[in-house]
Amino acid sequence: MTLVKESPPVTRKARSGAPAVKRRGRRENLAGYLFMSPWIAGFLLLTAGPMVASLYFAFTDYNLFNTPKWVGLDNFTKMFDDPRWQKSVEVTAKYVIIGTPLKLLLALGVALLLAQSRRGQAFYRAAFYAPSLIGASVSVAFVWRSLFSDHAIVDRTMSVFGFHVGGWVGNPDWILYCLVALTVWQFGAPMVIFLAGLKQVPKELYEAAELDGAGAFRKFWSITLPMISPVLFFNVLLETIHSFQIFGSAYVVSNTYCGPADATLVYTCYLYQQGFKNAQMGFASAMAWMLLLAVALVTAVLFWSQKKWVHYENATEDAR
Amino acid sequence: MSATTPAAPKPLGGLGRKRAGSLAWHIGSLLVLAVVLYPVVWVIGASFKPSKDIINSLQLFPAHPILENFKGLADGIADVSIWTFFQNSLVYAGGAVVGILISCSLTAYAFAKIRFAGRNLLFALMIGTLLLPYHVLLIPQYVMFQKLELINTYVPLLLGKYLATEAFFVFLMVQFMRNLPRELDEAARIDGCGHLRIYWSIVLPLCRPALITSAIFTFINAWNDFMGPLIYLNEPGKYTVSLGMMMFRDSDGVAANYGGLIAMSLVALLPVLLFFLAFQRYLIDGMATSGLKG
Repeated sequence: MTLVKESPPVTRKARSGAPAVKRRGRRENLAGYLFMSPWIAGFLLLTAGPMVASLYFAFTDYNLFNTPKWVGLDNFTKMFDDPRWQKSVEVTAKYVIIGTPLKLLLALGVALLLAQSRRGQAFYRAAFYAPSLIGASVSVAFVWRSLFSDHAIVDRTMSVFGFHVGGWVGNPDWILYCLVALTVWQFGAPMVIFLAGLKQVPKELYEAAELDGAGAFRKFWSITLPMISPVLFFNVLLETIHSFQIFGSAYVVSNTYCGPADATLVYTCYLYQQGFKNAQMGFASAMAWMLLLAVALVTAVLFWSQKKWVHYENATEDAR
Repeated sequence: MSATTPAAPKPLGGLGRKRAGSLAWHIGSLLVLAVVLYPVVWVIGASFKPSKDIINSLQLFPAHPILENFKGLADGIADVSIWTFFQNSLVYAGGAVVGILISCSLTAYAFAKIRFAGRNLLFALMIGTLLLPYHVLLIPQYVMFQKLELINTYVPLLLGKYLATEAFFVFLMVQFMRNLPRELDEAARIDGCGHLRIYWSIVLPLCRPALITSAIFTFINAWNDFMGPLIYLNEPGKYTVSLGMMMFRDSDGVAANYGGLIAMSLVALLPVLLFFLAFQRYLIDGMATSGLKG
């Protein structure tokens, strides 16, 4: 039906020619590892080593000053029975499940809006992106606390529509949505990525579809969405993983208590409390590994599902 | 109205419909803009209000702006000057930028330009660390730095930057270097240049956009970093801005000096906002390419 004539403007690399490098091979290896040495040192010292240590701590009773004592699965059984741990899982799940789709929907919606016109696009794109740079700061967390307090703008605006909450920050039913609003406010980063993806959709596809009499929705569903699905996948993956790890804003917005009533006890807040306030390094390590497993599981499911919905135009062009 | 613009073909429709569409576009964009920028504008206005008006007054800018909030900042807090916080943040952010630029560009050069055994495996490992939650490393790293008696120094915050642990920047630079014309370094090789020479004289200068993007992102990330300083610094004289600000709040969350807190928030945001205004192109392009090639 439709013929893709134009290959995307991504620079195609000539197949890296392998001239007579046999003699040079050893020198290249040496040079490669010398250049890589900072990364290799960092990987061993700050990533691989700590991962092994953390896995070991997870099975021990350790408070930083004693010698770690092997306790088997105790930390994990304690963890699963711990109501506060359960609460932190619930809070984090809620935050991820509500916040991430909202943020991505808004990012996609605004990207579609901006993509329609060249005029002013650069300005809006820059302005919408700004919150993503400052959103993680303590300053913005304090601003957020203020904007969502009793009698402040958000409460008053909502009251106009007959929706009176009062102070969101002190209200255990609402404070989490204050954090959700903060992450949705930072929709600019995924939006920029969506926009870049939208730019690469060949115009001919739309022309052909219009000749066939396709409407706006049909064009979106059958052309735009499949064509940007790799970008969508990237955004879903990164934003989901990212929001699992929220810490700073929850900590500051809730005034360091992750409350009231543990309402903003996100996973990392509880991990921080257990590890650094209660010196339960073993328990906190077990928690960290559960987080890693959860993130790995979500990543695996997303990669598995990608076969069903992500459409790669040049799937074979894999340089590596 | 300009008839000659080679813009994307628009769906057929009368001029009136087109204009209505354009109007709707602008209204929609401006609406989003208002919501997005409101908190930033709010904090500017609020920092010129007396403490008691900050929350209760809906006026964005006060009729009678006051400077007391900023004057109060000059006194510092708990015997620490706020300049100390700024100096500390500058040391952290500046040190991080230098570290990232050196270590990540060296690593990226190896991945992009040197064919050595095990390259693909290491590259896969590097990409894997992109997805690794930092919290798994938090506790063992703390234990390690504690045993080395490096708590309350900047070493724990900076060491990783000098050891290229920020995979995102390595990845960004690798992508950039791979797209450089191959002929340049091949010509240099024929002239007898070694890798160090090619890296320094050819690849690095050509990578300037990627280096600038990485530098600014690094600076902003370090400036905003809260968890690192919270865990590793425990003496107010060493606090960075983001940690120092926490001293302005009261235990009940309503700061005694609310105006000071808001003024401090604004001052702490300024470097990031200025960087953004100056370099937004680099930041947005860097962001956009990261998604396309991911």
